[in-house]
Amino acid sequence: MIYFDNAATTAPSEAAVRAVCDCMKNTFGNPSSLHTLGIRAQQVMDNARKEIAGALAVPPETVYFTSGATESSNLAIRGAAGTYGRRKKRVITTTVEHSSVKEAFKRLEEEGFEVIRIAPDENGEFVPDDFIDAVDENTCIVSVMLVNNETGAVLPVKEIFSGVKRRNSETITHCDAVQAFMKIPVKPNDIKADLVSVSAHKIYGPKGVGALYVKKGTRLMKQNLGGRQENNMRGGTEAVPLIAGFGAAVSELSGTFAERMEKMENLRRYLLEKIGEIGEIFVNSSENSVPYIVNISLKGIRSEILLHFMEEREIYISSGSACSKGAKSGVLGEFGISPALEDSALRISFSHENTEEQIDEFVDALIAAKNRLRR
Amino acid sequence: MKELILAKYGEIALKGLNKNTFEDMLIKNIKRRLKPVGKFEYVRQQSTIYIDALDENTDLDAAIEKLRTVFGIACICRAGVFEKDFEKICEGTYEYLGDTLKYARTFKVEAKRADKRFPMKSPEICRELGGRILERFSHLSVDVKNPEVTVTVEIRDTNAYVHAVRVQGAGGLPVGSSGKAMLLVSGGIDSPVAGYMMAKRGIHISAVHFVSPPYTSERARIKVEQLCEKLTAYCGNISFFCVPFTEIQEAIKDNCPEEYFTVIMRRLMMEIAQQLSEKDDCLALITGESVGQVASQTLKAIACTDAVCRMPVFRPLIGMDKTEIIDISRKIDTFDISIQPYEDCCTVFTPKHPKTKPTKEEVEKAQNSFDFSEMIKKAVEETEIKLIKF
Repeated sequence: MIYFDNAATTAPSEAAVRAVCDCMKNTFGNPSSLHTLGIRAQQVMDNARKEIAGALAVPPETVYFTSGATESSNLAIRGAAGTYGRRKKRVITTTVEHSSVKEAFKRLEEEGFEVIRIAPDENGEFVPDDFIDAVDENTCIVSVMLVNNETGAVLPVKEIFSGVKRRNSETITHCDAVQAFMKIPVKPNDIKADLVSVSAHKIYGPKGVGALYVKKGTRLMKQNLGGRQENNMRGGTEAVPLIAGFGAAVSELSGTFAERMEKMENLRRYLLEKIGEIGEIFVNSSENSVPYIVNISLKGIRSEILLHFMEEREIYISSGSACSKGAKSGVLGEFGISPALEDSALRISFSHENTEEQIDEFVDALIAAKNRLRR
Repeated sequence: MKELILAKYGEIALKGLNKNTFEDMLIKNIKRRLKPVGKFEYVRQQSTIYIDALDENTDLDAAIEKLRTVFGIACICRAGVFEKDFEKICEGTYEYLGDTLKYARTFKVEAKRADKRFPMKSPEICRELGGRILERFSHLSVDVKNPEVTVTVEIRDTNAYVHAVRVQGAGGLPVGSSGKAMLLVSGGIDSPVAGYMMAKRGIHISAVHFVSPPYTSERARIKVEQLCEKLTAYCGNISFFCVPFTEIQEAIKDNCPEEYFTVIMRRLMMEIAQQLSEKDDCLALITGESVGQVASQTLKAIACTDAVCRMPVFRPLIGMDKTEIIDISRKIDTFDISIQPYEDCCTVFTPKHPKTKPTKEEVEKAQNSFDFSEMIKKAVEETEIKLIKF
């Protein structure tokens, strides 16, 4: 099996699986319980929180666990709008966000907010001034993703957020860092983000858990109503085993950024070189994209067909974004990719465990597909 | 107080010497459908099946819900059971239908005296019981034309039954009483509805689906199996035939003129479906075609498709509009599955400009440029068969 769909999800690491199982077996207490079993569970969570906080270079008490990045982004956007949006009705985002952010803004729009959606310029690049110019004294929140999930494009979040804060220091900044976390450095203080969403299952952790960084002093209107868990930010008994797995996954990756990145750089270089030899394959990702997401098109073959063709050879890739189950998201179009290329777009996303041999096999399959499927 | 369910059949009652066969089939189908609800005793008498729960805690509403999907039942009543004594019937009615009558404004009484030994005649029962009810529930008035509540009293051989609410049954004939046919199911909205409609006429359904990996996704096949599962609520078990179709579609693409792709594909599907039918003792094919809906469903295209058929092809949706078909698909709960966006084999290699008015000669000529017989044989042999259970 060749798994090139690591932007959709990753195979959990041994350490993460072990942490989840250990916790389920040995630390089943409710962290809110006053007795020892509760305290043990609380400690498991505290340790995980420290790991994640360490990776983000923020204090542990600013990290809040959620059911995943979708909930994190919902809490961030709707929570900030709930607290600060009574009079400040302008919100700003991009046209290429993941559905968890896009839909949250759509809801705000229905509730009477003025939503400004900034598109990339004709080269597919975001211009920070476009965001900064859009900020006024009534701007409640600006949300920009760090790495696009379909193309791997890196957005100039730091430049945008610094400018936004200069223009209006009270505007809340949110960054969806799901595809960046534990791959490229994500430092909320550095990029001037008040809120940052991250997920466990994209980094070899379990599904069903994520976190939201909330800068001290930022108040969010609680969205999941219930008990006073997570410092009264999110009601509901915490998914302790999943949180333990999240912590273990982060711990394992800490300190290996450079070598993993180098590996994936090499994989991308090798892939681009190989598909360059085939010809007729368009690379939709720009050069300043992250190396672990490569979006290509084999013109004339619809994405879904090529995907199933690969699947028959136990090669797993993705068309568009995995969250939309084959439905076109329109994000590629925003980046200036033509409709024909968008229809045949494939997303290859690496983990540091992929190899050049796997790329060889994938490229052979691409050649076979080109010969058999094109009409 | 004792209660039971009366399932009344419509059309079967009109059958002559075969009536018993139909009744047996119907009871068999009912038994299978009610198995998850509880144990029941079944007695048939005078075009009605008396369904009596052996355990008094059985959920009769759940049973009625299940019975509503059984073809062959025209209407279903939940009835109180009383001794055949007029006073007891009156007392029982007050108690059993008290709530219903309390909140109604108008009513009437209907009586059926099947047991002629009962001393009062039907009109007399109506009059007397109606009078008693009026005394008891003085806010009511009688309306024989359009009453809110119709109290029905049936005097049968062993007991008297009183009921006020009748639920419409699924109608039709018991599934299996009309033989077996093969439904061509794509995954769209139409074919499950077509299967439902033929099952309603007592036909036992088998289903055939064509897959073309990698052009079609495994999700598309799973979707079709889910549709069949929904149909089993009405049709009972379905034998599901899954035909590998990639090779044939590629051969069509490589060898035949583009504008005939779809018609030729339909003809080859029909041929394969027929061969499978012969193996599975199916006597006819069923499709979800509706005139003019798409290019392959024009009269000329249908004629070209039909030309390869040796057995009758039933097209129960032929004269229906999409909206009418959608209404039924919602009723039988297949709509939401049908609209999932997975590519099925019908849309693989769709020509840009399909021939809407092909002639048989043209199509045959186009198709004969390649000998498909070996591929058809192989596809039939490699067909996967799966029983989708109710």
